[in-house]
Amino acid sequence: MSASSAARTRLQVFRVVILVLTGAFFLIPLLAMLDFSTRDFLAEGRTWAAWGLLVTDPLLRGSIIISLVLSLLTALGMIVLLVPTMIWVRLRVQWMSRIVEFLCLLPLTVPPLVIIVGLKNVTLWLNYLIGDTPYWLAFLYVVLVLPYAYRALDAGLSAINVTILAEAARGLGASWLTVIAKIIVPNIKTALISASFISIALVLGEYTFASLLNFDTLQVTIALQSKANAQESVAASLASIIFAAALLIVLSFVSGGRKARRTVGTPIAPIPVEPTRETQ
Amino acid sequence: MARSRVARLSSALGLVPFLAYLVIFLIVPTLAVAVGAFTTAGRPSLANVAGLADGAILNSLWNSIVLSAVTALIGGVVGALLAYAVVTGRPDGLLRRLVTSICGVLAQFGGVTLAFAFIATISGAGVVSIWLDATFGTAFTSSTWLFELRGLMLVYSYFQIPLMVIVFLPALDGIRIQWREAASNLGATTWQYWRHVGLPLLTPAFLGSLLLLFANAFAAYATAAALVSQGSPIIPLWIRSALTSEVLLGRENLAYALALEMVVVVAIVMVAYSLLMKRTARWLQ
Repeated sequence: MSASSAARTRLQVFRVVILVLTGAFFLIPLLAMLDFSTRDFLAEGRTWAAWGLLVTDPLLRGSIIISLVLSLLTALGMIVLLVPTMIWVRLRVQWMSRIVEFLCLLPLTVPPLVIIVGLKNVTLWLNYLIGDTPYWLAFLYVVLVLPYAYRALDAGLSAINVTILAEAARGLGASWLTVIAKIIVPNIKTALISASFISIALVLGEYTFASLLNFDTLQVTIALQSKANAQESVAASLASIIFAAALLIVLSFVSGGRKARRTVGTPIAPIPVEPTRETQ
Repeated sequence: MARSRVARLSSALGLVPFLAYLVIFLIVPTLAVAVGAFTTAGRPSLANVAGLADGAILNSLWNSIVLSAVTALIGGVVGALLAYAVVTGRPDGLLRRLVTSICGVLAQFGGVTLAFAFIATISGAGVVSIWLDATFGTAFTSSTWLFELRGLMLVYSYFQIPLMVIVFLPALDGIRIQWREAASNLGATTWQYWRHVGLPLLTPAFLGSLLLLFANAFAAYATAAALVSQGSPIIPLWIRSALTSEVLLGRENLAYALALEMVVVVAIVMVAYSLLMKRTARWLQ
């Protein structure tokens, strides 16, 4: 009896030590950012001047707007491309489902840096067809967010019986378009919100594509501004972390206890043999 | 028979927009890298790939491998301990939900913002460096170690540890409490249980997670790009300079060869990862 209670005490001590140490490692840089961005280097005390620049500095404000618009365009593009495709696969072309899944998860294996090296011709065309605007980056970002959006939507579609819903609606005379837009989409609202939130959070933090194509998105501007005003860059970094974290944490609680464990616990990268959802 | 095949194919037409999109934005770029790596001025050639044998590039490949391996190991060990601390709590408790949510966020939190988090913490003007120097007389405020390989290792750990927690938790969940009870009923000590039951079961999942972390660090670009503005100590930064600078005249396609090198390393690691995960999935069910 005493041996097992000693073992339990040891386990509790171990858990507290690990949680405190890792917690400190994750928290200290965030607190340091807050301290650094509000420090007054000229006088004693605190100043929120760097934070004020987030709205007053036209360069930074412009890049924030570009990134926000891009994130919305990406979420929209992702939904238009992925939702009809995934529903269609479940309804009519089951035999393609493995291929579609493989393609959707492929961007996890091909690093963004490799894609950007190979995209040279495609970006030249985009520049020629659409013009020299950062907004066509959304086309590339859709590929970047594909694996994460796919997982979120897949979880949502697995939770409802797409085939039976569709057969019932078809039996009552609904067209395929009605089935998708009016029957299935309203039933996967939570999954659509998760997929969009993840896409928005990823686009707001994206640097690789934008910097190598010379577009002034939020992250590119943060990196450039650091040469002129490091405090402003740190303030903008912290603000963008808090915004993205808020999006993702709200999301994991919105999607509810049972489902949250699935979506949060789902590994980032593909696990080829996943246990079927029915058995879990 | 023929009609059903026609129906099958006409249904598949619904996937054409999706497939076309991925061909343009994912498949073609990847193939372009493979082709470009073996082309010079429109002709097939091995010059680009041979360029990879350059001393400076080999050195940065070695640095990349060391960086990825060390951060995979740090992230793997610390992340596994953290996952174990979480999994021994209540399965639906607040702690578990909080840690998994936070890890989900932090695993994505590479890039420029992460670089600035550590610049604010432990660079020359960093909050912690000033405190350490004042308290222990160290020399962090006058050091540039954060912008070197050692610094990258520290910064990468910040997203590697949470990633490990996310990928390793399902494996730990697969360990049944009954096994522990059965072992102790047979008289096994804690050490014997871990030595003969727990660790052998978790080893494939642990090694698989290490490989995933390795690939994750090897392909990471934004964090290093924001921290290191000059020089190319690692392969991703070599790709940056090959893409952006005009200095490497006559070696325009070097970027393709470097990108191919990166994708080959990542692909090998990911194939090994999925093989190990297949093994794990067998007893997880």
